[in-house]
Amino acid sequence: MSIGPAAKVIEARTGSRLEKVLRAGHFAVTAEIGPPKGADGRRIQQLAALVKDYSDAQNLTDNQTAVVRLCSLAAAVHVLNNGGEPVLQMTTRDRNRIALQSDLLGAASLGVRNVLCLSGDHQRFGNHPEAKGVFDIDSVQLTATVRQMREERLFICGEEIKAPPRVFVGAVENPFAGPVELRVLRLGKKVMAGAEFIQTQVVYDVEGFTRWMEAVCAAGWHKKTFILAGVTPPKSAGALRYMSRIPGMKVPEELIRRMEKASDKLREGQRIALEIINHVRAIAGVSGVHIMAINWEEAVPEIVSMAGLYPRP
Amino acid sequence: MSFEPKILAFCCHHCAYGAADLSGVLRLQYPVNIQIIRVPCSGRVSGEHVLDAFVKGADGVCVAGCLKGNCHYQSGNLRAGKRVEILKNRLADIGIEPERLHMFYVSASMGALFARFMAELVETIRDLGPAFSGQEREGGEQLDSRTS
Amino acid sequence: MILARPKTVSSILALVGGMKSLVVAGCQECVTVCQSGGRKEVSCVAQLLEIAGKKRGFPFEIAQVTVFRQCDNEYLVPLDVLMEKADACISLGCGVGVQFIAERYPTVMVIPGVDTVGGGGTVMSGVWEERCAMCGECILAETTGICPVTRCAKGLLNGPCGGSVDGRCEAGTDLPCAWEMIYHRLKKQGRLDSLTRIRPPKNWAHSGSGVMRKVIREEVMPCLSVLPLK
Repeated sequence: MSIGPAAKVIEARTGSRLEKVLRAGHFAVTAEIGPPKGADGRRIQQLAALVKDYSDAQNLTDNQTAVVRLCSLAAAVHVLNNGGEPVLQMTTRDRNRIALQSDLLGAASLGVRNVLCLSGDHQRFGNHPEAKGVFDIDSVQLTATVRQMREERLFICGEEIKAPPRVFVGAVENPFAGPVELRVLRLGKKVMAGAEFIQTQVVYDVEGFTRWMEAVCAAGWHKKTFILAGVTPPKSAGALRYMSRIPGMKVPEELIRRMEKASDKLREGQRIALEIINHVRAIAGVSGVHIMAINWEEAVPEIVSMAGLYPRP
Repeated sequence: MSFEPKILAFCCHHCAYGAADLSGVLRLQYPVNIQIIRVPCSGRVSGEHVLDAFVKGADGVCVAGCLKGNCHYQSGNLRAGKRVEILKNRLADIGIEPERLHMFYVSASMGALFARFMAELVETIRDLGPAFSGQEREGGEQLDSRTS
Repeated sequence: MILARPKTVSSILALVGGMKSLVVAGCQECVTVCQSGGRKEVSCVAQLLEIAGKKRGFPFEIAQVTVFRQCDNEYLVPLDVLMEKADACISLGCGVGVQFIAERYPTVMVIPGVDTVGGGGTVMSGVWEERCAMCGECILAETTGICPVTRCAKGLLNGPCGGSVDGRCEAGTDLPCAWEMIYHRLKKQGRLDSLTRIRPPKNWAHSGSGVMRKVIREEVMPCLSVLPLK
């Protein structure tokens, strides 16, 4: 497998709406939709209809936190059928290189134009902790694979692809996992592998995020990829506390206290999200926000409107 | 005929064995069911020794070492204590009452305490009954002949 | 060495229910060092079986033997006589030993008495840690002698993932993040640029995923005599 140098900045060529918005220089908004733990697709259809006008693309999580849910590819098709723009999340935890490449071809054939490459939360945290993790390839290799399939029209094995998948490729990064130097090196590696956009872990620690962005900009990576800051409106103090225990999450204690004191928790949660959006928007190198309203997708339209990011381009 | 348990006590030379000796000097009585093997340190007693006692017909086994912090070899008694815990689990795993095995910590000056421990242990094992019933206890005679 | 941990004797008992004659076989190599299948452990397992046999009122006849190496056919000779009348053999060797015994005595049931864990070493008395996943394609030169295949919970070749916090792995708070360890050591060696190199997908074919691996060295194999046998 040949892994080329950094993504050449190229004209939009995937047919992705998210790519068009980003390359046109707009501040992008993406929203996350969590598929249900059941075979009912109606909830995804409703949510897609609800958030599609308030976001440029909608992420469909892939068995998030290693809990079995309706698959991200099927969820992406539900979104497509309801006029949305899905970002297909793909983890390397559950599928080997054969399944990943195959699913990517299938997704592209159905009209999915964005893919997000992740390694995935370790199965130990999910509802099947006894499962065997696959991890045949890692997220950097998956990113490079998608680019290779798209541009060089080659599978990992080197065989030719007749109809390559035209998808816009993203990856994730956690600015808070530290040390900052290592995190920036790793971001660079993902960009070199071909990540055209980056969605970050949820930002509550705005200072930490600012420091990380400074280092990213100093290395120049913000010019070679689009960085979307992760934002999650907290539903309650308990939700914040829960998130603070998730590996790789940092939640300032004062934010938890603020939620505890608030009389209208939901309103306060939206306000916190709004403040964070306004804050990260002012940081150089940030190209958009990725709103992950976990189990609270209904909050997205209001947050986006309040932030003055509606209507979308 | 009432059940008389056979109990083997591994006694550390530096403490429990002295305590047994002292209880004798003090003319204190403790049941004749106890048979003592002197060891240089309770830490010398390994799983094999304890299990061998049961195989050869003991109904109960005790390992007696120095008070915590007073081991002549620093930590042999603590190691013995851990081993006894593991062995209790392994005995329970195959259906043998873990109460048949005990770890005691005593000093050489505790003659009276030693005698009381032994009396209590005999009662505990007497309540539990024989480790094996009927003819399977034939090994018990070996224990008798070896120590008589 | 190969790390192993003892199975419970009750799980062995469940398999030898109606049997009479047992052989408990130990190994003087790895399982002796990690104290799960050496002479002492053989003795304990045999005694526990004997106690359990007496308890049920139908004692076992148990032979104990601990050979130099169960994974070498020539060292299994001491078992030959014992296995003649054995109903089952409980091997406290690693999975390799169990299979070599089973191959030599195909008419006797062989039961593993330990769970084989992997390739590791002693970090302190009583603590053994895995170090090698035996993937068949060593990359330790590139990763400063720290194996991400074994020590990274996701086996990432381009780590770390986003789940490590303060140098701890997301899969277990007591585990260090292998990639953060690699980063610190690379930094000490002045080789941080190694972290920017994208490692391509690993060839898991060498790891034996599905196919039994074989190591063949012609020069070590037996030579046929050139002299006529007369």
